[in-house]
Amino acid sequence: MSEILTVDGIDAYYGEVQVLRGLDLTLQKGEVLCLLGRNGAGKTTTLKAIMGLVAVRAGSISKDGATISKLAAHEVPRTGIAYVPQGRRLFAEMSVEENLEIGLMTRRKGQATKNRVLDLFPLLRSRLNQRSGTLSGGEQQMLAMARALCLEPDILLLDEPTEGLMPSMIARIRETVVGLREAGVSTILVEQRVDAVLAIADRVAFIENGQNRETLSVDELRQNPEHLRRYVGVN
Amino acid sequence: MTEVRSNATRIWLLHAAVIVLLLAGNFLLPEYHRGMFSRALVLATYAMGYNLLFGYTGLLSLGHAMFFAAGMYGAGLPVYHLGWDVPLVFATGIAAAGLLSLAVGVLALRTTGVAFMIVTMMFAQIFFLATLYFTTWTRGEEGLVLQPTTRAIEFAGNTISLSDPSTRYLVALTLFAIVLLVSLRLVKSSFGRTLVAIRENEERVRMLGYNVFATKLLAVVFSGLVCGAAGAAYGLLFGYVGSGFASSQYSILALLYVLLGGAATTLGPLVGTLFMFYVIDYTSGLTSAYLLLVGVVLIILILFFPKGLLGTIREKWLPWLP
Repeated sequence: MSEILTVDGIDAYYGEVQVLRGLDLTLQKGEVLCLLGRNGAGKTTTLKAIMGLVAVRAGSISKDGATISKLAAHEVPRTGIAYVPQGRRLFAEMSVEENLEIGLMTRRKGQATKNRVLDLFPLLRSRLNQRSGTLSGGEQQMLAMARALCLEPDILLLDEPTEGLMPSMIARIRETVVGLREAGVSTILVEQRVDAVLAIADRVAFIENGQNRETLSVDELRQNPEHLRRYVGVN
Repeated sequence: MTEVRSNATRIWLLHAAVIVLLLAGNFLLPEYHRGMFSRALVLATYAMGYNLLFGYTGLLSLGHAMFFAAGMYGAGLPVYHLGWDVPLVFATGIAAAGLLSLAVGVLALRTTGVAFMIVTMMFAQIFFLATLYFTTWTRGEEGLVLQPTTRAIEFAGNTISLSDPSTRYLVALTLFAIVLLVSLRLVKSSFGRTLVAIRENEERVRMLGYNVFATKLLAVVFSGLVCGAAGAAYGLLFGYVGSGFASSQYSILALLYVLLGGAATTLGPLVGTLFMFYVIDYTSGLTSAYLLLVGVVLIILILFFPKGLLGTIREKWLPWLP
């Protein structure tokens, strides 16, 4: 596998508070990389920095060898990176279809893309005219992922996609992530549920105090579970 | 899919019916009310321009009177001082408002929320003071009276006078109808959907790869062009160009018309404008303290129609209303 995304020693701040301190990360083509760490460790900020939503003051981020950390935030998705933030963040007043079309328009994708995305989430097909704010939590999560996939990304950033969902929905979201990996989409996943991480991730990066302390394959993590206790506080 | 199609048909039919009814008004309305409607149609066009920015994009400007007045002066000054033809000055009026909105947009859109409101109000105040300062050209508060002979169009050997009540009504209606149909098309387009998405949350839109600043700037310019067209039409149809139209009162009026009719509804600006015109007309016949009565009526309206007349009707009964 070759690297599709390289995060090289980035520093990021909220105001004067430094959140990321020389963070390094690599994402291989077609893998699911999971970021694990305690609250406030810098996982979400890492995703936001990749998307250009938080300014990178030092270091660089590159995709397929081209630097993207100098791009304006609205230019990053056009390079093929899609982001599903924590809490879904839909346009609640708009219908399901309008939410999808907002996603489709960015990279000028058409009906074929929409159909492919709806095939992944068939439930949404019957709700196209429904106002998205009235969907259930799980359906909203599906729509948030579907909207991101309308960009036909080769990298997907998912921030706690299973948070607050019932088990059947969690299983559906996991299946989708695995399906996307098989379709060649590389994913960075921020996830608190260790069982989910072990089930779908290829590698795990432990983020602590704004740094990537260690990156292990899931097999290595299974053999050395003490990492979970050290970085996440889980036995 | 069938439901979507039938809604689209309903929407176009409704708008066509409104335009046909207004056209019939030219032949059915008594002279006094036809004059009222002519004025209301031009100001409803102004309110539609405002609605694009406030209702659909969520940008609360308190300075839109400057775009209305820029259109008015952009058309009125060349007619008054240079004797230019009506079609040409209508274009210069729109161009003046377009250029001003571009300049103001570039600077004001660096701010958001309350700051945007204050910055637009300050720019409008500068424009207002400029109309008072350059009295040699503008005649300040006294304003410029455009003679009927300067407000006529030569067309195929005939002279069409804009001071004729019927012509005035039809020209006002034509402008209103064009802007209404363009607005309807616009808000249903991908651009319109992007504006609504920006109103809901800018960062989400940016996250999906949209240049939010450029989109908002386009909305400001488009809104400015429509308001400028209304201002130019007002000056040419009613023969008066004065600094009062650049005052903050006219910015507030646009906001009021849109809020009363229903923000982010295509027909709301018309409903709000007509409502205000007739409430003021009726109450001013009852007492000299009519503004007190207008205030009471507005409070009652807001109690029962918190999202404006059409906004509340859409929320409660007609969800397909655009």
